[in-house]
Amino acid sequence: MNILSGDPSDIFRQEADELFVQLETALLDLETAPGDKETIASAFRALHTIKGSGAMFGFEALAKFAHHVETVFDRVRNGDVLVTPALVGVTLEARDHMRRLIDAPGQVSAGSGDAILAHLDRVVSGQENPVCARAASPVERFIPSSPPPPSAKVSPASSGYRVRFTLPTNAFVLGTNPVTMIREMLEMGTGTVRCDASEVPGLDGLDPEQCYLRWELELFTGQSMEAIEDVFLFIRNETQLTIEPFSVAPVPALDLPLEPLRELPVVDSGSASSLPTSSPSPAASAQSGKPPPIESVIKVNSDRINGLMNQVGELVIVQSRLKQIAHSSTEELSVVSLRAVVEEMGRLVSELRETTKGIRMVPIGSLFSRFRRVVRDLSRELGKQVRLDTRGEETELDKTMVESLNDPLVHLIRNAMDHGIESSEARLAAGKSVEGTLLLTATHVGGQVLITVDDDGKGLNLERIRAKAEERGLLAPGAEISDGDLAQLIFHPGFSTAQAVTGISGRGVGMDVVKKSIDALRGSVEVFSQTGEGCRVVLRLPLTLAIIDGLLLKVGEERYIVPLSNVDAIVELADAMVEHSGGDGNHFLFIRDELVPFLHLRDLFAVVGEPPPHEKVVIVVVGKRRVGLVVDQILGDHQTVIKSLSRVHADVKSFSGATILGDGRVALILEIDHLIEFGQHREERLREALHPSGRRVGHEILVR
Amino acid sequence: MTKTILCVDDSASMRQTIKLTLAVRGYRIIEAVDGLDGLGKAENTTVDLVITDLNMPRMGGLEFIDALRQMSEYKGVPILFVTTESDEALRARAKEAGATGWLTKPFAPEVLLKVTRRLLA
Repeated sequence: MNILSGDPSDIFRQEADELFVQLETALLDLETAPGDKETIASAFRALHTIKGSGAMFGFEALAKFAHHVETVFDRVRNGDVLVTPALVGVTLEARDHMRRLIDAPGQVSAGSGDAILAHLDRVVSGQENPVCARAASPVERFIPSSPPPPSAKVSPASSGYRVRFTLPTNAFVLGTNPVTMIREMLEMGTGTVRCDASEVPGLDGLDPEQCYLRWELELFTGQSMEAIEDVFLFIRNETQLTIEPFSVAPVPALDLPLEPLRELPVVDSGSASSLPTSSPSPAASAQSGKPPPIESVIKVNSDRINGLMNQVGELVIVQSRLKQIAHSSTEELSVVSLRAVVEEMGRLVSELRETTKGIRMVPIGSLFSRFRRVVRDLSRELGKQVRLDTRGEETELDKTMVESLNDPLVHLIRNAMDHGIESSEARLAAGKSVEGTLLLTATHVGGQVLITVDDDGKGLNLERIRAKAEERGLLAPGAEISDGDLAQLIFHPGFSTAQAVTGISGRGVGMDVVKKSIDALRGSVEVFSQTGEGCRVVLRLPLTLAIIDGLLLKVGEERYIVPLSNVDAIVELADAMVEHSGGDGNHFLFIRDELVPFLHLRDLFAVVGEPPPHEKVVIVVVGKRRVGLVVDQILGDHQTVIKSLSRVHADVKSFSGATILGDGRVALILEIDHLIEFGQHREERLREALHPSGRRVGHEILVR
Repeated sequence: MTKTILCVDDSASMRQTIKLTLAVRGYRIIEAVDGLDGLGKAENTTVDLVITDLNMPRMGGLEFIDALRQMSEYKGVPILFVTTESDEALRARAKEAGATGWLTKPFAPEVLLKVTRRLLA
């Protein structure tokens, strides 16, 4: 993305997003620490910038509205107005209103904004002493008029002015340049200049930084006197300035013939419509009802950019070495030096990959902070007291990932608050603190990010889950299942245990939606529940979506990739150990005291021909579930750039994507979740076929 | 010779607007996100004009202008500040700190261009 070509109003939207977060965070902080000066200043600054930039980019209604709120916060800052819960509440409403004014200005009725402002004024005046009441400054006063357009009062004929001025003595130091000012006046028409240097002292008394000069101009121009005065705008008060109209007719004796008057461009006072952009104005885009798409912008630490530049520099050097080798004659060509270059190149590429990955990383705290508001509003709606704690805000995650996590996390939070955390009475009766706690944490574990949502509510109702699962045919009536496995059933499509549909989470969409969105991010989700004590949902996510470390496998003539983060172990499948069990030739491995089903990829992918003598088993894991994949050969690790499959292959479930190998071949990336499900499903079918009672299978193969 | 303008504002969109208006006219724009950043950049570059916001985190505009004027290289360099209100008192304080002039938000690009030309010979 080219920053220079970016549309400023798009950048404003982006920036407004951040400002709204800043404002919201400040307001929520003020709820707990109402007197904090820093926080008040931060809220004020956000409002101030929203107003200023909003006006710049044509969001007049926003600017006007923000001005009103800002005025109140200016008084808060000065200590005239106190921060009260009512003030925070109405300001949060105001913040939402401003957000709507940016996102969909066309759909916001003018009345709603006025109502909020009226409410705000009531809140402010409510705490005021009527004697010293100072009403918030009227909104009408808001946008100060810009200097009048110079051409507004152009007199039809050119008239003469005598302009005399003496600059303040410190004018030079303060950056005022009389030459440009005189030039500007002369450009309005024609004229002559005289400089009076009589005040310049002798060398011994001369301060070179001081201005001792006076000037006198005779100016013939079609511009008004105000336009001339405007040249002195910045130093009007300090400058001795006289402008007198000439009573005598202009003397064309000034050896130049009078040229047609030059016109200054008509200055459009204050409107942003003349900004050099071709984007639709906010008003125009409002008609479509949708906010225009925002180009995604990431703020990057400049150290990372510098690192990237260094590495690219090194890469260029390596490339020239490579070129040199390529051009050397056969006798000189040394494999050793070539290998050295290849090694160097390999190191650089992996460094570059890390740096580039780092550029896309943003701390998850920006996401967490959004939930404070969700929790606050929900606890009011539900009449429950809930506190949100967050940990690991600095944990970095791919930007696109952070964005896609918003909805699933909101869903989990709503679920926990609606179904998990009990009402205050129930909590007291259970001997818990009145206030429920919701804890969001993020940590890096290996190449993954772990995000947990904990609540200290009543935990999952396992009996109801069982009843529902049986009713829905997800579980055989009376089937033996561990509590842990039972809990995971809530992620099954269509599963919802809410008896009453509330406006908050029981909307017919259940936790399967969460699972689907996490699956789409190549992550996994698990739930752990402790009856009476709470519930924990764990999301495991890869750090990035674009490149993964993969394990390259060979099955038949084809190559496949398994994400390395899913690989638990690799074992040899010795001939002697293979024992066929039951009808469909399924096997189990006994690994770390656990029975692991395994799949022959050769069978699965219908590969013809005989398998090689020493097949390998790759044990892959998602959460706690494991399955073995029997392959011909392990080729090694491979930095895998993920390419998505075309839409034609949208129904293919066994592969999550493809990658291109060094030799130009395509390798498919195995979708581990699907394979595990497939494997476990077969395991269950087999168990049932062999031992309908659900006892464990005896055909175990001991490895090692 | 290309004139260099140091643009100090915590709002990226403001910087962008100023940059879009002035860069196409051949000015070189250096951006800084607040007073401290601006001081660092001012020290390392020769700047012909400074345009700064007043209300910024870390170091605000008044303090920044004052600090700039303490540097001998910045005597005589025009400094513009950007302000929302036509607040006379604030304006006076900024001028006292050493500002040359001001721009009142919202301003049209033409105004910015005109003022810039007025200050840069």
